[in-house]
Parts: sequence; structure tokens; C-alpha cells
Amino acid sequence: MDRFGDRGLYALTLVAALVSVAIAGGLAATVFSEAWNAISTFGLGFLTSGNWDPVHAQFGASALIYGTAVSSFGALLIATPLSIVIALFLTELSPRGARTPIGTLVELLAGIPSVILGLWGILILGPLMQRTIEPALHSAIGWVPFVGNLFGTDYSIVGLLPAILILTIMTVPIVSSLTREIFSTVPAAAKEGALALGATRWEMIKTTVLPYSRSGIIGAVILGLGRAVGEAIAVTQVIGGTEGIKANIFLPADALASRIAGQYQGATSQLQISSIAYLGVILLALSVVFSGVARLLVRNTQRRSGG
Amino acid sequence: MSDSSFPRRHPLLAQTEHLRRRRFVNRVMELSAWTGAVIAVGVLAVVITSVATEGISSLSISFLTTPTNPFGQAGGISNAIVGTGILVALATLMAVPIGILVAIYSSEFAGPRSGFVISYVLDVLNGVPTIITGIFVFGLLVVGHQQSGWAGAVALAIVMVPLVSRSCHEVLTLVPDAVKEAGLALGASRWRTMLTVIIPTALGGLITSALLAVARAAGETAPLLFTSSIFPNLVQTDPSQVLPNIPVTIFQFSESPEPAKHAQAWAAALVLIVFVFVVNIVARLFSAQARRRIAAGRQ
Repeated sequence: MDRFGDRGLYALTLVAALVSVAIAGGLAATVFSEAWNAISTFGLGFLTSGNWDPVHAQFGASALIYGTAVSSFGALLIATPLSIVIALFLTELSPRGARTPIGTLVELLAGIPSVILGLWGILILGPLMQRTIEPALHSAIGWVPFVGNLFGTDYSIVGLLPAILILTIMTVPIVSSLTREIFSTVPAAAKEGALALGATRWEMIKTTVLPYSRSGIIGAVILGLGRAVGEAIAVTQVIGGTEGIKANIFLPADALASRIAGQYQGATSQLQISSIAYLGVILLALSVVFSGVARLLVRNTQRRSGG
Repeated sequence: MSDSSFPRRHPLLAQTEHLRRRRFVNRVMELSAWTGAVIAVGVLAVVITSVATEGISSLSISFLTTPTNPFGQAGGISNAIVGTGILVALATLMAVPIGILVAIYSSEFAGPRSGFVISYVLDVLNGVPTIITGIFVFGLLVVGHQQSGWAGAVALAIVMVPLVSRSCHEVLTLVPDAVKEAGLALGASRWRTMLTVIIPTALGGLITSALLAVARAAGETAPLLFTSSIFPNLVQTDPSQVLPNIPVTIFQFSESPEPAKHAQAWAAALVLIVFVFVVNIVARLFSAQARRRIAAGRQ
């Protein structure tokens, strides 16, 4: 009975583990085979062509890759410093009693479904962007050579900038809670040593906490980047879904994941469905790279704290 | 330090220009950390307030009990509520047992190499954009057939499995070895120790993991777009048909130009966010209880 039970439990859990491996393998294989038609038709030229024209059966992803890159990097540009200071606040500065409630609130922010953030983005943030924020940004930065071109005069409810802001809101809770975990692994002796030498709190952070956590923070940021690149719904709602690459980040654009989500009902030809799956292959490759690198960096920090 | 026996202008206490600057930088940095925390909490407050104030005006009993209406303002979301309930329940029934079993495998049986493979696969699965999960299930179950509740539930389950198994793995490894060894020393076999000692000790944490995954799945739109999104305006309970659901309803209403649809989207968002937050908070209560129990096992 017991021998049977032990074997049974082992077999059952092994099967479940194999199922999870099979899901990952099946997912990659299925998406790749759905995309095969487009891959064999367009090859790698798909990545550099900006033409998405269902009528003439021409598909290319360069404008979408641009949109994904700008929206994700833009979001992480804002989210990274913000997340680091939030994590510093929660580990070093906050009154003890406020730590748990504020930490919980930040995590609840991560729990807001993306479709609701997108709804907020299109109906509340969008009009505010068009009326107030974008004109203000234009008059503040628009005159700067080169950089100013990003902040033009065509104000719009939907566009790259709202997408950047929504993705910032989505990535801050992830990056800050990971960063907070990493900060909490810094040995107290190192911090106390710095303080005992007369360092101010900020000097202590600069000389012990930050250097000790550097690779972990980079890992957390890459995880956030992976999340931003893969977010489809909220970005679809606020980015506008247009063709082409424009310098002005106020204007509508489109990104890889949001193009997939935007065409769920409209795909008419086999080649178009296959091209959508090709976009999926690009996203899948990016997400595997991001999670691999991030895992390496974050796990290293965690292991150091354990050992 | 303002001890009166100490002369005020003692050279050791003099604020040199250098020290003053260091203190100033410190102040600026502390202030920016406070600002960051205030911004994060403020954004949460703004979003929640918008959903609450915009949503409450369209929320009524009849909104919860009548199905969506393609025309006019009379519609509600009863079909979407029922559909989301069925989709999430089916996904949970599939994902939670698999997730817990995977966690038992990786915490109890896996060697270093298979443990590495499993945790790597789970990390990758967890990082896969959920829209890709939708495309996968579309190719697996929808092409050649049609969209269905089953396809939607499978897609949600695939999103849930890595969440459940990763956090259950952490919970199971928190159970002190002494507790486990006590069970084995009493002559109990491994599976009995698992069922009667380890799992009861970790139960609160396991429930937390499952609930957090439920909260996540209930709000997921992307996996359902390709699997259960083209639905009729009536209550549907058969998972072999397309099941209406709240996230896709909000998505479609938010893309509509009609203000009446926007009002309904806000009300649906309020329903969804209340559900997600309540589940999240209940999950945290279980995790607090679990921590106490595991701490008791340590003593």
C-alpha cells in the first residue's frame, strides 16, 4: 500500500511536471507552425519592411517593432528610477508601520487588470494628454534640437506617449517589488559599517545598497521590459493602431502585441493570420531571451543572499 | 548632541561647507524617495477613484441581472458575469491541481538537473505574453473548430499554471524539514507525510497561491480574444459554446465610440476590480495565517 502510494505520488507529480514542459514546447511549436506560411513567404525581410497591407497581401513588422521599442524603453526609462526610489523608501526610509500598507498598495496596483488600465487610459488620461499635458510638454521641450522633434504639435488622445505612461504604471509594481526583495538581501553589517563611518543615509545607500544590488536591479528591469513588450490589451486601447513611423510621440502608432490583439476579428486571409502569428514568434523569442537573462541576474543575487 | 556642557562652537560640531552639502544631498534623495512612494500610491488612488465614480453611476441591480444589449442603454452584463465565472472556474479546476503537483515534484522529487529544467520552463512560461497563449490555443483548439468556452478556459489555465506552481513551490519549501522528518520518523511513508503533514502545514499558503492566480485569470483579456470573444448577447452556460466574459466586454465597449457603452464599460470595470481586490485581500489573509502556522512548526 505504502510502496504503491509513494510510486503513485511520484508518477502523478512527474506527469504534471511533464505536462508543463509539454505546454511550453507545444506553445512554441504551434505558434511557429501557424507562422510558417508567413515566414516562408517573407523571410527575415518581414522584420525590416514597414508595409502592412492586407489588400495587397504585403506584411512587414518594422513599424511595429519601432512602436514596441519606443513604448517599452520609454516606459522603463520612467519606471526604473521610480521603482528604485520606491523600493529604497520601503526598505530604508519608511516608518515601520507604513511599510506593509504601502507595499500592499503598490502590489494592488499590479493587480489591476490591464483592460481596466487601458479603459482609464483612453477615457481619462487620453483627453488630459491632448488638452493639457502634451501642449505643456511641447512648450517645455519642443524647442530643443533633435529631442524636440519627439514632442511635436499634433496633440492626440491616443498615441505612443499614453502607451508609455500606461506601461509605466504596469511595470512599476513589478520592478519595485523585485528591487525591494533584492535590497532586503543587502547584509545589515555592510550598511551599519557605512553608517558607523559617518556616512549619511544616502551615502550609505550609494556605497553599499546600490552596488550590492546592481545586477539584481538590471534583472528586475529586464523582467519589467519583458512585461511591457508583451502587453497587448492596454496598449491596443491607447496606442491608436495606425501604420508608419513618426517622430512625434504624441501621434498614434502601433506595436507588435497590440497589432495582434487589434486584428483578432479582422484577419481575412490565411497569409494575414500567419503574419499575425509571425509577430507572435518575434514576441515569443524576445520573451524567452528576456526571462532567461533576467533569471540569471535575479537568481544570482538571491543565491548570494542564501549563501 | 546639544549637551550644554559641550561648547556650541566646538570645532568637532561645526557644520563645514562639505558636511552641509552632504546633508543637503541626503535630504534631496530622501525627499525623492518619499515622492516616488507618494506618486505610486497616488496613481493607484486616481485610477481606483475614476473606476469607482464613473462606474457607480451606471451600476444597478438590473445592470447585473440583464445581458448585454447591442443597442441603446438598457443592457447589463449578466451574461459576461456568468461566463467569466464558468471560464475562471474551469481554468482553476485544470490549473490548480497541475500547479500543485508540479510544485510537489520540484520540491520533493526533482534532482538538481530536473529541478533546474522545471523551474526554467516555469519562468519562461510565466514570461510568455498572454496574447501568445491566446494564439497557441487558437491554433490548438479553435482552428478547424470554432471559439469555445473550453478553449478560453484552457488558455486561462495555461496562464495560471506557472503562477500556481512557482508560488506553491516556495510555500512547500518553507515547511521546516523537522516537521517533515517527524512524520517520516513516526514510520509514515512519503505520500502519507505529504498528505497528512506537509500539505496541511502549508495549506494556507497553497490557498493564497491559488487565489492570487484566480484574481489574475479573472482580469485577463488577451488569452480570450482569440478563444472566446465573439459571443452572443445572452446568458450562456455551455462551455462548448463561446462564453461571454467581463474583460472582453470591457475591451470591446472601450473601443466603441458611444458614450453609453463607455458608461457600461466603467460599471463592468468596477464589478471586475471589486472582485479582483476582494480575492487579493482574502488571499493575503490566508497567507498571514499560513505564516503563523509555519512559524509554530519551527518552534
